[in-house]
Amino acid sequence: MRSVDVLVVGAGPAGLAIAGRLAAAGAGRVEVLDRETTAGGAPRIRRPRAGRRRAGAAERAGAVVRTGVTALGWSGPLALDTVGAGGHETITARAVVLATGARERPRTAQLVAGTRPAGVYTTGELLRAVHGYGQRIGERAVVVGAEGVSYLAVATLRTAGVAVTAMVTDLPRHQASAVRAAETRLRRMIPLLTDATVTELLGHGRLSGVRLRHRDGRTTTLACDTVVFTGDFVPDQELARRGGLALDPGTRGPAVDGAFRTSREGVFAVGNVLHAVESADAVTREGEHAARHVRDHLAGEPWPSTLPVLVEPPLRWIAPNRLAPADACGFVLRTTEVLPRPLLTVTQDGRVLHRQELPGTAVPNRPVYVVGHWVVSVDPLGGPVRVTARRG
Amino acid sequence: MTVTTGGPLPHATYDVVIVGAGVVGCAIARELALHPRLRVALVEAQDDVGQGTSKANTAILHTGFDAVPGSLEARLVREGAHRLAAYAAESGIPVEPVGALLVAWDDEQLTALPGLAAKAEKNGYEDARFLGPEEVYAREPRLGPGALGALHIPGESIICPWTTTLAYATQAVRGGVDLHLNCRVRQAGTGVLHTTRGTLHTRRIVNAAGLGSDILDRDLGHSDFTVTPRRGQLIVFDKFARELVRHILLPVPTALGKGVLVTPTVYGNVLLGPTAEDLDDRTATGSTPEGLALLRDKGRRILPDLLDEEVTAVYAGLRAATEHDDYQIHARHGQGYVTVGGIRSTGLSASMAIAAHVVGLLAEGGLDLGVRDELEPVRMPNLGEAFPRPYQRPDLIAADPAYGNLVCHCERVTLGEIRDALASTIPPGGLEGLRRRTRARAGRCQGFHCGAAVRELLEGRRP
Repeated sequence: MRSVDVLVVGAGPAGLAIAGRLAAAGAGRVEVLDRETTAGGAPRIRRPRAGRRRAGAAERAGAVVRTGVTALGWSGPLALDTVGAGGHETITARAVVLATGARERPRTAQLVAGTRPAGVYTTGELLRAVHGYGQRIGERAVVVGAEGVSYLAVATLRTAGVAVTAMVTDLPRHQASAVRAAETRLRRMIPLLTDATVTELLGHGRLSGVRLRHRDGRTTTLACDTVVFTGDFVPDQELARRGGLALDPGTRGPAVDGAFRTSREGVFAVGNVLHAVESADAVTREGEHAARHVRDHLAGEPWPSTLPVLVEPPLRWIAPNRLAPADACGFVLRTTEVLPRPLLTVTQDGRVLHRQELPGTAVPNRPVYVVGHWVVSVDPLGGPVRVTARRG
Repeated sequence: MTVTTGGPLPHATYDVVIVGAGVVGCAIARELALHPRLRVALVEAQDDVGQGTSKANTAILHTGFDAVPGSLEARLVREGAHRLAAYAAESGIPVEPVGALLVAWDDEQLTALPGLAAKAEKNGYEDARFLGPEEVYAREPRLGPGALGALHIPGESIICPWTTTLAYATQAVRGGVDLHLNCRVRQAGTGVLHTTRGTLHTRRIVNAAGLGSDILDRDLGHSDFTVTPRRGQLIVFDKFARELVRHILLPVPTALGKGVLVTPTVYGNVLLGPTAEDLDDRTATGSTPEGLALLRDKGRRILPDLLDEEVTAVYAGLRAATEHDDYQIHARHGQGYVTVGGIRSTGLSASMAIAAHVVGLLAEGGLDLGVRDELEPVRMPNLGEAFPRPYQRPDLIAADPAYGNLVCHCERVTLGEIRDALASTIPPGGLEGLRRRTRARAGRCQGFHCGAAVRELLEGRRP
């Protein structure tokens, strides 16, 4: 058994940022583990240099970055069992930071029926196959989803010489930047089929097509040898769950307060394990910001009790989703419906704490940011804080 | 050791050719390999062993308590289950003796339980015991409300069907059996098989062709049975669901039909299914939106919390059902031909006894088996969570760091295991075969993290 001051699990942008800040601030021995063979997290797949730069910065600040090491589970409240080519090791820490990131939900979790042919991808697997290994993908693809990452999948397929037959979304519109969506549809001539769900995969051995059900009940078949399921991100929360940390039912990641504290004293969580998903830049800033709270904890600041922050439909989730009295933080949330100029209301025990009309349109799968200056008026002895939204 | 995947077939005449490398065909091949003087081939239409009904079943090692008393199936399941349990222990095939509960949810099911207990006794199974609702909930606290009682069958176990089939085939090949993959029989006659890879001559033919067994039977002039593929769709839930259930939860069969089961798997998942749909299409191995919705409805009643867990796989298998209640195992001595048809969902449990029975029939028909030798024991890689996996073994990692190098994180599959599978006696033909041998890509992310790396290893380029 070995002891460190701070053990960070996950060497993506958030984990490396918090580790670098903590090491630079003299937090003692700061160690980052990553189960992949190279540090950098998801962004490294397309931009290996950016991954190396972030890992290098953390190391120069004094953090130790160890790749090819998997945190298997917990052997104590602040002790993790690890394995790697060097064997097993239990590492204890004064503070543990979970920065395990997020992944896309595959076809199975989305309960898409049909056969089990080759040629079925998530964007994550596609990016690794194309940028990491230069593997052959196929001839004709359908992309399921129309959010930012879906357009990244389209671009990657084109790089790999795969023609994109169509993009399909069960929502009434795309959920990406208007410029990108228009460019793909008009210049690349890739049709976007809205209000349509992929219900079945066809073909034995190799995919031969996908069956769609349209909102009006019609079904159609698109011929293709490749299908990419994009978006539908969920936190990689296995370690949090194995440790018995409270999870938020909305985000499905660990529940945290405005200082990134989980339900267990000494365990923090940062990055896309809290809110799947934000950009590398956003989670880097988050990691840098969270470092201060870990330092406060190491300096003896007590672990506070917290209140839940709940959302009601059509809102899907909010993060952070717990509140401690001294929290001063912003929030990010998601909606399941398209809401033009949404009116947001925050209440506690029927008392209105905050009302805000947001500019523009809230769109599913895209972040909605909410200021948090109202947090000071939360009654720490009161009931849960509720956030609702309706069309403005 | 001979495994061929393409090219011409040997010209020499075999003593026995077995058609179909499912769990039954592989068990027969292994049984024949005990007789080193015999020249035996196992031919398979697909690119791997166990690619048909054998790969998509409920992975249960049955006691045979509910078979038709006095039937051949009842005898062979009973004998086969004992033999396979011993073989599994010796070969490293994961088995967990979790026991089964037949849970009664209404009065009709409750009144059916004593009859099932009596049937079990007729089948020589005497450990069945009735449990009242309190004991049922004590054993299965997460069961949905409304269970009225259950019949406990402590002898039912869960097993890895892929490792079983592969163990038989591996031992057979190491024992001298030729395995010809990608070799579909187009037409058969007495002593001759015309395949997609050329013609094979043989003194005896064993038909273990599963879904195609009636077609082969007709080629040889018999029409004793017709296979009606019965599709069973199944849903596999994430490993986090494993703690929700302790036993195999079997449905109580009544006049209204058979329900679905919920069972843990040796890999630590939970299985829900199967549907039972009679089809005409022998290739309809797809799941359907309706089938999955039906399973989820039934599963919600049995184990409500199960539906909150992620689904890691959905699959459908075709069982080779016939119009008969019993196995269709017939010897045509004059023709040098044995049919092994109508082996339904109990084929895995009965496989070793079926093999012994079939070899007995061949000998009865005049096949000189020659001397009988012991086979070199086989030790299969462990895929079961109840036994130490390579990543959990410091001794293995110290000897070879590749067993500490995790490639598939969800299923914790190491580089060492993937390398071993690729270099094994019967290497995988593709990603699906590699998954069945190692569990690589079988977890909750389905290859999001490791898919490309695993494909790279399979295609032999770089780690």
